[in-house]
Amino acid sequence: MTRTLAARLVEIAVTLILMSAVVYLLIGLMPGDPIDMMIAGDPHMTSADAARLRALYGIDKPLLQRYLAWASQAVQGNFGYSRSFGLPVLSVLGPRLLNTLELAGLAFVLSVAIALPLGIWTAAQPRSKADYLINLGCFAGISAPPFWLALLLITLFAVKLGWLPAGGMADLRPGTSPGEAIVQKLRFALLPVVTLALVQLGSYTRFMRGAMIEVLRQDYIRTARAKGVPERAVLWRHAFRNALAPVLTILALSFGGLVSGALITETMFAWPGMGKAIYQAILDNDYNLALVGLLAATFATVLGNLLADLAYAWVDPRVSFAQ
Amino acid sequence: MRSSTPRQLIWRRFRRHRLARASLVFLAGLLVLSLAAPLIARLRGIDPTLTDLLIRFAPPSPQHWLGTDDLGRDLFQRLLDGGRVSLLVGLAGALLSALLGAVIGVVAGYTGGRLDSAVMRFTDGVIALPLLPLLIVIAAVDPAKLGIPAELAHAESFSVWRIIVIVALTGWTTAARLVRAETLSLKARDFVRAAQALGAGPWRIMFRHILPNAMGSLTIATTMSAGTLILLESTLSFLGLGTQPPAASWGNMLTGAQELLQEAPVLALWPGLLIFLTVIAFYFVGDGLQDAIDPRAERR
Repeated sequence: MTRTLAARLVEIAVTLILMSAVVYLLIGLMPGDPIDMMIAGDPHMTSADAARLRALYGIDKPLLQRYLAWASQAVQGNFGYSRSFGLPVLSVLGPRLLNTLELAGLAFVLSVAIALPLGIWTAAQPRSKADYLINLGCFAGISAPPFWLALLLITLFAVKLGWLPAGGMADLRPGTSPGEAIVQKLRFALLPVVTLALVQLGSYTRFMRGAMIEVLRQDYIRTARAKGVPERAVLWRHAFRNALAPVLTILALSFGGLVSGALITETMFAWPGMGKAIYQAILDNDYNLALVGLLAATFATVLGNLLADLAYAWVDPRVSFAQ
Repeated sequence: MRSSTPRQLIWRRFRRHRLARASLVFLAGLLVLSLAAPLIARLRGIDPTLTDLLIRFAPPSPQHWLGTDDLGRDLFQRLLDGGRVSLLVGLAGALLSALLGAVIGVVAGYTGGRLDSAVMRFTDGVIALPLLPLLIVIAAVDPAKLGIPAELAHAESFSVWRIIVIVALTGWTTAARLVRAETLSLKARDFVRAAQALGAGPWRIMFRHILPNAMGSLTIATTMSAGTLILLESTLSFLGLGTQPPAASWGNMLTGAQELLQEAPVLALWPGLLIFLTVIAFYFVGDGLQDAIDPRAERR
């Protein structure tokens, strides 16, 4: 167990190192560099100034040498500065990561709270009209482009009805009562959370339904029914518990995707999260921010996957983590 | 009584899936219309690339069936042009991913051992990456710095081919895992062992005996992935990193829509609706194929 865990941690470290090298290379292949942007912003700058600045920042060196220099600083915990914010990258990303986790976490809870009962309910009556309609709804949820969903929700609730803000986060003045603060925060969070939850809902429901149908076909379910266990207890006590283990893993695995997929929702609703920061950093040639942001997102995902595996072994004693 | 070929049986079972049948008709209609778009434009006497600020946001009329966009271009024709790009990216991307994935999957599965575990670990690693931000980085790479000649990189269709490759980079993992799993079960079957005993080489076995037998599930997965990749293309194009204007794609037609929500909310409706319907149609066709090709599997 300990050895497997250690091996997995090494694997994570290797993934991060490879990822940092690949992304550094890709970013080096993007058009222009920060000095180009300085030239564009300052008509008095001469080409000699530009060359001097390139030498000063080390941009004139070969890509590999620049990567090694960056990496040797990074392993010492120095991830450098964000060009567009003028702040250390970590202090830009920290609060944004929290915002993203808030958004993704709320959306996750909302979609799981709807999807699990829905999946169980439809699995209990396969091929019924309700099952058919809900399945149709799941396909619709999976097929709707998230940015379009966001546009529709903004059009309806912010532009036409004017009930909710179209974007941003609540800006709380000091002295707001806690109750008022929560209401304000929720007003801003509602549309983005619903958008992100709708995107996940379809696949979660289908996972749950699939797992339940699989379990309901087992012999021990037939035994339970044969000895007269009420259908409610069969569903919840016998089937649901066994169906939950694989679903839990899939849910945990999907959380990483949820965090990086939140990029669209954050961009649409001007939610100051990490995905939006990465996207904006790429548009603004803020290389270092984009690089470290991507590494942070990768780390979050692989860590989530590891936790999923651990959770699976914990929920289902037949599965051993060491395998 | 005439006997039926397996193909006819599949087709007969497929037609029983009503949604899949309707979806296939929808996709075929869309394909024909979007391929015929230049012809339709000529018949209507409309140039979809012509901008005319005097008629921006025109309401639907006999001249402009769905009205005009923010630059006064005919929306209906733009949607057809965008459809051509979206369908091309979806289909070509899905085929490319299937090809890549099939080769990787069958070689890994058939060879087994170290190669197999290394390849599968790599595949799992790719699946675990934060897909969307990474694709944005890849899409932002300057083609000139990759050594692609400028006249090619500035051709209008270049961004379309680039996005096909980019979406295929994500799509191959599904196909690879699927084909590998099929290969593992097929390579223990008697007909493969018979071929081995007759002295067939590994390449012949992989590509003449195993892959044809994995075709059914690969076809299902490829159909579904066409839908997924269209969704991905539209997302990247929407963010300004996929298909580049003036080439129209349903995604990039929505790029400016958010700023125009007050003036012209309808502009946000049509391209998104078409993405939605096309993607769901691909999923339904895939679902229908699943039932038709593998009728013994319990319907989910």
